[in-house]
Amino acid sequence: MVNLGSAEQHLPIRDESDIISARHRAREVAKTLGFGAVDQSRIATAVSELTRNVVRYATDGRGEVVIRPRAQSERGTGLEIVVSDEGPGIADVEQALRDGFTSGPGMGMGLPGTKRLMDEMEIDSAPGQGTIVTIRKWRR
Amino acid sequence: MAQVPIIRVGEVLIASVQEDLRDQDALDLQVRLGDALEHTTARGVLIDVSVVETVDSFLGRLLNETATGARLLGAQTVVVGIRPAVAITLVELGLELQGVRTALDTDKGLALLRRLIAREDGHGQSRLR
Repeated sequence: MVNLGSAEQHLPIRDESDIISARHRAREVAKTLGFGAVDQSRIATAVSELTRNVVRYATDGRGEVVIRPRAQSERGTGLEIVVSDEGPGIADVEQALRDGFTSGPGMGMGLPGTKRLMDEMEIDSAPGQGTIVTIRKWRR
Repeated sequence: MAQVPIIRVGEVLIASVQEDLRDQDALDLQVRLGDALEHTTARGVLIDVSVVETVDSFLGRLLNETATGARLLGAQTVVVGIRPAVAITLVELGLELQGVRTALDTDKGLALLRRLIAREDGHGQSRLR
């Protein structure tokens, strides 16, 4: 039995059904860490947005999700999630974070919307280098 | 995963989503509702999402598009049972489901559909006069 409260978990992203597995797992861990219903929903939805980006836009539609409980003296208990892929990457990260921007089908709500749901979000990407998105939420 | 069942009660089609939908299952529901509207005399669609824990931008958009599509086929759509946490998340995400009418539960949703259908009938008659 995995200790959801402390262990880091790695989940593969291969197809659409992994979007659901990843967001379920993130929600379970958030619940175990004591996040309330609204934060659980925010976290699960953010994971859903980011993993869908991987399935839709990464070259082979594959990537990985890492779910990592965090403990910090100043901020207390938190949850860090890293979604990575080896896809085409993002040329202009700042532009990708603007509402309404999209490089494909959809309404470009994914990244800016995801950022609003979380406390922190960092994107590490360059053309041809893949994309690593790190999001964090701290328990209030 | 099993398809979302669609049942017809009088003039209303009821789709009760039983679990978190994969994208393909959600798209499939949209198509099947369109088919059902084409082949029945239904004038209302009620989509129950009370057990759905996560509505992301994909599903939110799809609900909007489904309601718009149903409108073009002469039917009103009401989405019922959106959880409070989901509602807050949708607003923060920037998706306010502006094209979709909502109600707290199935009873209120059916009552709203009946009013919407009756109002349309009223308009139709006034135009004929």
